[in-house]
Amino acid sequence: MKEDGVQQMMLGNAAIARGAYEAGVKVSAAYPGTPSTEISENIAAYKDVIYSEWSPNEKVATEVAIGASISGVRALVSMKHVGVNVAADPLYTISYCGVNGGLVLVAADDPGIYSSQNEQDSRMVARAAMVPVLEPSDSQEAKDFTKLAFAFSEKYDTPVMVRTTTRLAHSQGLVSLGEREEAADKPYVKDIRKTVMMPMNAIKRHLAVEKRLHMMAEDANTMEINRIEYRDKNIGVITGGIPYQYVREALPEASVLKLGLVHPLPRKLIEEFAASVKTLYVVEELEPVMEEQIKSWGISVIGKEIFTVQGEYSANLLREKVLGTKPEYSPAAEVPARPPILCPGCPHRSVFSVLKKLKLHAAGDIGCYTLGAVAPLSVVDTTICMGASISSLHGMEKARGREFIKDWVAVIGDSTFLHTGVNSLMNMVYNQGTGTVIILDNSTTGMTGHQDHAATGKTLMGDIVPAIDLHKLCGAMGIAHVYEVDAFDTQGLEKLLKEETAREEVSVIIAKSPCALLKTTVPRGKCRVIPEVCKKCGQCLVPGCPAMTKDSEGRAVIDEVMCNGCGLCVQRCPFEAISFTPNAG
Amino acid sequence: METKNIMIVGVGGQGTLLTSRVLGGIAREGGYDVKISEVHGMAQRGGSVVTFVRFGDQVAEPIVEEGQADVLIAFERLEALRYVHFLKKDGVLIVNDQKIEPMTVSAGMAEYPEGIIERLQGICSTIVVNAQEEAKKLGNAKVFNTVVIGAAARHLPFPREKWETVIRSTVPPKTVEINLAAFHAGFGE
Repeated sequence: MKEDGVQQMMLGNAAIARGAYEAGVKVSAAYPGTPSTEISENIAAYKDVIYSEWSPNEKVATEVAIGASISGVRALVSMKHVGVNVAADPLYTISYCGVNGGLVLVAADDPGIYSSQNEQDSRMVARAAMVPVLEPSDSQEAKDFTKLAFAFSEKYDTPVMVRTTTRLAHSQGLVSLGEREEAADKPYVKDIRKTVMMPMNAIKRHLAVEKRLHMMAEDANTMEINRIEYRDKNIGVITGGIPYQYVREALPEASVLKLGLVHPLPRKLIEEFAASVKTLYVVEELEPVMEEQIKSWGISVIGKEIFTVQGEYSANLLREKVLGTKPEYSPAAEVPARPPILCPGCPHRSVFSVLKKLKLHAAGDIGCYTLGAVAPLSVVDTTICMGASISSLHGMEKARGREFIKDWVAVIGDSTFLHTGVNSLMNMVYNQGTGTVIILDNSTTGMTGHQDHAATGKTLMGDIVPAIDLHKLCGAMGIAHVYEVDAFDTQGLEKLLKEETAREEVSVIIAKSPCALLKTTVPRGKCRVIPEVCKKCGQCLVPGCPAMTKDSEGRAVIDEVMCNGCGLCVQRCPFEAISFTPNAG
Repeated sequence: METKNIMIVGVGGQGTLLTSRVLGGIAREGGYDVKISEVHGMAQRGGSVVTFVRFGDQVAEPIVEEGQADVLIAFERLEALRYVHFLKKDGVLIVNDQKIEPMTVSAGMAEYPEGIIERLQGICSTIVVNAQEEAKKLGNAKVFNTVVIGAAARHLPFPREKWETVIRSTVPPKTVEINLAAFHAGFGE
């Protein structure tokens, strides 16, 4: 079917996938991370023409894409902003190498920290790595700029970053589709001056990179994606990405220099615009990346003096800061907060309820189980980055001795363990740590919405493959004490935890039970309170299952729709006041 | 046409995403430019969830801001109160009369406010829907969100047949009939 010109509603992330498809991409690699995940999920729909994979982490994914590029095909790698840190090692050096087939890295930033551990600005990384950055402002541009990024990559012999933010990634807008442009594979010609970065080659490449960036900055003055929209010249705004939409909404009369290429900046174009308007603003979320460069050229602009570095912008914010007007609305009501919580039937809740009972501290990691840090469970003491649970526990032990960590464990998900936790565990073994590690194995990458990984036995493209056996993997490191338990066997877990935290050796407990939201997870049954027997002791409410509440007389009640029959409340009730009906079959 | 702003709020897992996609679909059927902004990731785990749908001749920002919503659809009482200040002065609130205790309440750190519906009625034009009841009558409690869509549809400029077309193409094929019944229960005669 001819698709050219067909209009479709598309998520920013789906539009990026479409752009890659139309650009003739043949390889895509990623590790899931909000807000970038749907890029790969949409690319997988083009599996007839694009090979796509979930790699164990962003560094590996980037190297897979680099290999594809060196071999002569166009390749995409996508990740969330903190994934760029993991990928930084190959990124900084592939920037020196340049490309054969076009190479594009999508970095999805998260201003406002909807689902992340920080709100770092990927443009800073790109500047440091001397990689150009394109920033789309709606779904149509997300598709168009992704295609353009591949053209730029090959034209300027550089990897290119496409930077998005949560708001763009997870907004839908209309996109005009185009046809896929099949590109012939480029010949591979051995040239170690470009692909072996040892000092004699890297020194020359550094100069080539500088030259390339200067050339691009010069060309940026006349690129179509960098455009001046002259209107009233009293107010001029330099902006790009999603903030462009806020500017158009709040200041429809203002003149705008909209930058599609946000690094390197077009100096002449900016000077021309600055000279034509009376008051000049730079509107960019997060760090003053453009502002500082523009100010360094002696151009007077207003930026972070009045705009925050924290969170997302909005039209109301611009109205207030630029025009001094505030829209009329009644003040927000004071209401109890509703933070995210572990789902009913979540196996993490069961494990955390045991940790809480034993008064253990948990060095935490990145996943849904971060929610174990807050009430009512409150067992997770630390959350830093992927894999840090195991290594930071080890650091505590080396700093303060065995005694300090005897009431500590590390908790890490199965996907996170394979991402970087496995290195941390190797280190613990090698350097004679004695920590207790719990792998919360729910057979998926949960928080990002259920992606497969090397231990699930299925690939992004749907192939069934041998699953990495976590038990054997830990055993292969020489760890003598590796156990696998049902995450809902609270008695078994309690016994094991007492033994293993006392043991002066590394031990690993794989607490296994599939994520309650996985389509393949069959609920174990239904739990129901027997009101006549309930003694109102509240033990069942301690782990904070959202399906459980108290009635007006203080007796426990279970919401029958929400309950998925994990049975944790049944185990906790000292009076057998909760019945359990197992699912037939 | 001036851009219409719709805001959908609720608790993660209540189906705000499906609702925004139905609304986006109908606006598209009407030939308008449409933008939808969604929440994915951690915020879906039982937390407070907000999605926006905007349509008109040309839509710039994908979000609805304080004091700008024409229609606020709330799947839960407390969430209605949390976001009611997003409504325009003459905006309409459609609220599902359901109570879901947030963890802050069940953990004893806060109290669930009493008399929310009365407070809301004092603030804006408020349509109260008992969607769970209606859905249970139809034999499937899960389609309550389509009942709410039905109630909201009365305040949006699209004919009933168009809604039916969009619901047919948006919900899972097996659930088309029950969702249409739920829509009609909410829309009324």
